[in-house]
Amino acid sequence: MIYFNNVSKVYKDAVALDDVTVAITAGEFVSIVGHSGAGKTTLTKMILADENPSDGTVFFESTNVHKLKSKELTKLRRRIGVVFQDFKLLPNKTAYENIAFAMEAVGKSDEEIASDVPHVLELVDLSHRMHHFPTELSGGEQQRLAIARAIINQPELIIADEPTGNLDPINTHEIVQILKKINDLGATVILATHNRGVIDAIGKRVITMENGKIIRDSKHHT
Amino acid sequence: MTEFKRIIKAGFINFRRGGLVSWAAVLVVTITLSVIILIILLQAVLYFSLNSVKDKVDVTIYFIPDAPSEKIMLLKSSLEKLPEVANVSYTRAEVALANFRARHGNDYPTIAALDEIGNNPLGAFLNVKAKEVSQYESIASFMKGDNPLLQSIIYKINYNQNKLVIDRLSGIISGAQELGFLVTLILMIISVIITFNTIRLTIFIAKEEIGVMRLVGASKIHVRGPFMVEGAVYGIIATFITLILFTPATAWLGRNMTDFLGLNMYDYYISNLFQIFAIILLSGILLGVISSFLAVRKYLNK
Repeated sequence: MIYFNNVSKVYKDAVALDDVTVAITAGEFVSIVGHSGAGKTTLTKMILADENPSDGTVFFESTNVHKLKSKELTKLRRRIGVVFQDFKLLPNKTAYENIAFAMEAVGKSDEEIASDVPHVLELVDLSHRMHHFPTELSGGEQQRLAIARAIINQPELIIADEPTGNLDPINTHEIVQILKKINDLGATVILATHNRGVIDAIGKRVITMENGKIIRDSKHHT
Repeated sequence: MTEFKRIIKAGFINFRRGGLVSWAAVLVVTITLSVIILIILLQAVLYFSLNSVKDKVDVTIYFIPDAPSEKIMLLKSSLEKLPEVANVSYTRAEVALANFRARHGNDYPTIAALDEIGNNPLGAFLNVKAKEVSQYESIASFMKGDNPLLQSIIYKINYNQNKLVIDRLSGIISGAQELGFLVTLILMIISVIITFNTIRLTIFIAKEEIGVMRLVGASKIHVRGPFMVEGAVYGIIATFITLILFTPATAWLGRNMTDFLGLNMYDYYISNLFQIFAIILLSGILLGVISSFLAVRKYLNK
């Protein structure tokens, strides 16, 4: 589904990715682990074409994502749900509107929005917070809202970049369980984290990164 | 259609939730629109003053007392055919005398001298008004070069006496018009820059939000649309505030400054309210929409 072919990313004075080649197949749950600055976030941003590689190519199915025009890129992004460490919710929109916005973006009707949004909020246990703004929610609630937004359009791929970074162990456990459930329902999940405990709890494929390189891929060691 | 409705609705909601930031933008647009109205009113005063000065300038052709009226009428009609001429008025010798007597009613020696002469010593005259002050010279030269038969009946043309005043007035009028245009242009540019930057600042606050919208798959128009609607809302609200503010302001000017300005500002404002409203509304909406469009573009690249 996703294929990194000798991808490198060099910033002014730092190498974020160093000749990375990796393939992720549909339906997988892949955890990318490494210290801060190992290149996890850069790797996930490459899939969204939020960063351009200095060298190499990134494919989503058979499409080179960095060769896409603006409109095509928008369409690609609609097939991907993204969860960030800092949630990246729309601060001037309520929990309901944040999710409705993602649905509006893909052209869903008002009726679909009215029926699906409460349902997904119930799924992440936020029904009672439907009309609250992100600033009125706790960290765990904000992250659950971000996940709800990411999954509302039933994307083929979920990218979660340090989704538990700002959360306590209880909320972390909840988020991991939700991601596992999403994966069980058929979506591919890429989870970037520096939390070993999270990865152990998942028990699926783990890619370990260090200084922009993949130093270990559990797929090839099992 | 649904998308359009959503964009409009989101624009209004953004404005409402923007709170102080939205009202700060409205304030700045209000200032810009006030500058535009001020310019409109200043131009009105300028044109009114210039027109009343222009109206006082004319060229008079005095004829000898026994000049035949057919010849005078011939000259009158040929003058009226000139494109530079606005109108030509003919005053008969008897009327000129009656006017003279009326003007010097209290001047006994002059009236006595007139009575002593017996017949009318004054000739008829033509009063010529040009469309533009600068055109008097060409009218005067037309009369000099015209039929020599006509020249024989002309006693004098007062153009040369007025020439200095006319030349100076033409200079002042064209200078005032150029200066007015320049000041208008500079004020407009400054106001537009300030408005654009204020709106840019309001959008800068939402910079990250725009990035997130794009990452969740929103199209450019879906991101940009609500900001443009918000910009239009700034313009619409600022238009009404500006028009309301100028009502008491022009009423005060009308009450206290009409003699000084030569024009009743309140009457002018009220009688042109619809045109002013249209200009202001269009300017306000365009300012808001274009500023938002340009400001969002910077963050829409990805």
